[in-house]
Amino acid sequence: MTGLLLSLQGAVAQGIIWGIMALGVYITFRILDIADMTVDGSFATGGAVCAVCIVGGMNPVLAVLLAMVAGCVCGFITGLLITKFEIPAILAGILTQIGLYSINLRIMGRSNLPLMQSDTVFKSVSELTGLSAAQASLIVGALIVVLVIVVLYWFFGTEIGSAIRATGNNERMASALSVNTKTTKIIAIMIANGLVAFSGALVTQSQGYADVKMGVGAIVIGLASIVIGEVLFGNKRGFKLRLSSIVIGSIVYRVIIAIVLRMGMQTDDLKLLSAILVGVSLALPVMMAKRKQVNLYKKLTGKEVDKNA
Amino acid sequence: MLKISKVSKTFNLGTVNEKKAIDQIDLTLEEGDFVTVIGGNGAGKSTVLNLIAGVYPIDCGTIELAGENISLYPEYKRSRLIGRVFQDPMMGTAADMGIAENLAMANRRGKKRGLRWGITPNEKEVLKQRLERFDLGLENRLDAKVGLLSGGQRQALTLLMATLQKPKILLLDEHTAALDPKTAKKVLTLTDEIIKEENLTAFMVTHNMKDAITYGNRLIMMNDGKIIFDIKGEEKKNLTVKDLLEKFEIATGEELNDDAVLLVKD
Repeated sequence: MTGLLLSLQGAVAQGIIWGIMALGVYITFRILDIADMTVDGSFATGGAVCAVCIVGGMNPVLAVLLAMVAGCVCGFITGLLITKFEIPAILAGILTQIGLYSINLRIMGRSNLPLMQSDTVFKSVSELTGLSAAQASLIVGALIVVLVIVVLYWFFGTEIGSAIRATGNNERMASALSVNTKTTKIIAIMIANGLVAFSGALVTQSQGYADVKMGVGAIVIGLASIVIGEVLFGNKRGFKLRLSSIVIGSIVYRVIIAIVLRMGMQTDDLKLLSAILVGVSLALPVMMAKRKQVNLYKKLTGKEVDKNA
Repeated sequence: MLKISKVSKTFNLGTVNEKKAIDQIDLTLEEGDFVTVIGGNGAGKSTVLNLIAGVYPIDCGTIELAGENISLYPEYKRSRLIGRVFQDPMMGTAADMGIAENLAMANRRGKKRGLRWGITPNEKEVLKQRLERFDLGLENRLDAKVGLLSGGQRQALTLLMATLQKPKILLLDEHTAALDPKTAKKVLTLTDEIIKEENLTAFMVTHNMKDAITYGNRLIMMNDGKIIFDIKGEEKKNLTVKDLLEKFEIATGEELNDDAVLLVKD
């Protein structure tokens, strides 16, 4: 039982720091209305930059910030490909992502970089407060995620933030209201990937190593968090709750994973599970709406329609 | 106010679908001119409007607006000077944003957007008053999503948004064509009132000959990418639909077939 509780505590802590990545995906997927595949690459870039900096003796907080900047640069490249060169968003993201795989290997100099005995944010807090590593990770992660949500809530309420939301909602309208939609798109994609890399850096510090493959499937995990959040809280609520629901979705996702792993599922099968989870969650609302329509028709038109159907 | 000189536009240049949409057009609008533009399908009236707005680039010639050469400006940069209402009522507003948020976006047209609040409480009060004047019954639903409104309400809202910051020119692209007759009439009356009150320069594309005659101080008829008829002042006031049909025949040597060109007489 304690084993289960411990793994659940770990899952929640993981869900929180991966939740920051999901918030980044939310910005592109829901606010800007594009699927940004850069995420799989920029997540690992965040981890790689952070690991190299920490192994090189840099302050772990500074390393996280630097990772975030690196993520913004990744987003800038994708944004430029989409806006300036008019490459379709999906392809632009894939191009950056593939390119980043090589770059991430160059950054680390190898495919896996352990932090060894170097300081991490979580270790420092654990030492300072006397909390266990898992507890420290939980508390620090929660504080950071609250801060991120507050900052995002503020930002999307500003003039630039509103312009970004308008761009995602109706680009022609934004353009007619003197919004440079190329700029707003680039800014949004930069912020999104900055958050993704930020999350990658925290994951690296939490697990104690960076790996070039750590970002594989990150976009799907981000989408899973978003759709789980939407299933649990709906998508019509206020913005603050909307952002919180994504982090909660991320936590629920990790808890589900922890439970199926304890039930004996192979880690190799997890990616398939994630893909099915997202696929089903996205398909369900569509299927339900169609079914509702058919039921309504049957109800209004009468039973005889069944015989012909 | 607006000076278009020797502007041409050809679509699909060098392909089998090549179409000369606008052919060496010259047009000058004075400040306060309210021009109605008519013509059959494919005459180029909406194309001219879109060339002014910067939806697509011009092939040659120059467009000057308020003394500024905007020929090569991208759409968003021209929008600093231009107010626009589209034919599609869904086009001019952001459905997932609130009424007040949409208005606040429009209130910043032409201004630098920074990290100040996207809408302030004071501003909301002012926007509410502007909205009250439109008599849409929306002033107490400022936080409602625009997607919940009817097409007519959205079009009226777009009109308010286009004129919230006084534009150098107001471009109206058949903005009542998608509305039912009663709503269309209301939006058109509202348009006329605003243009007069604010002394706006306006360019209104329409299919409706009667509207084209009733509203504005100047009327332009287009055919085959050219302006074939330009009339203003007293002369325009006395114009009838019959006159317009005759003018069309004289100018083009063809008989104007109502059905084919989709012009509406009343």
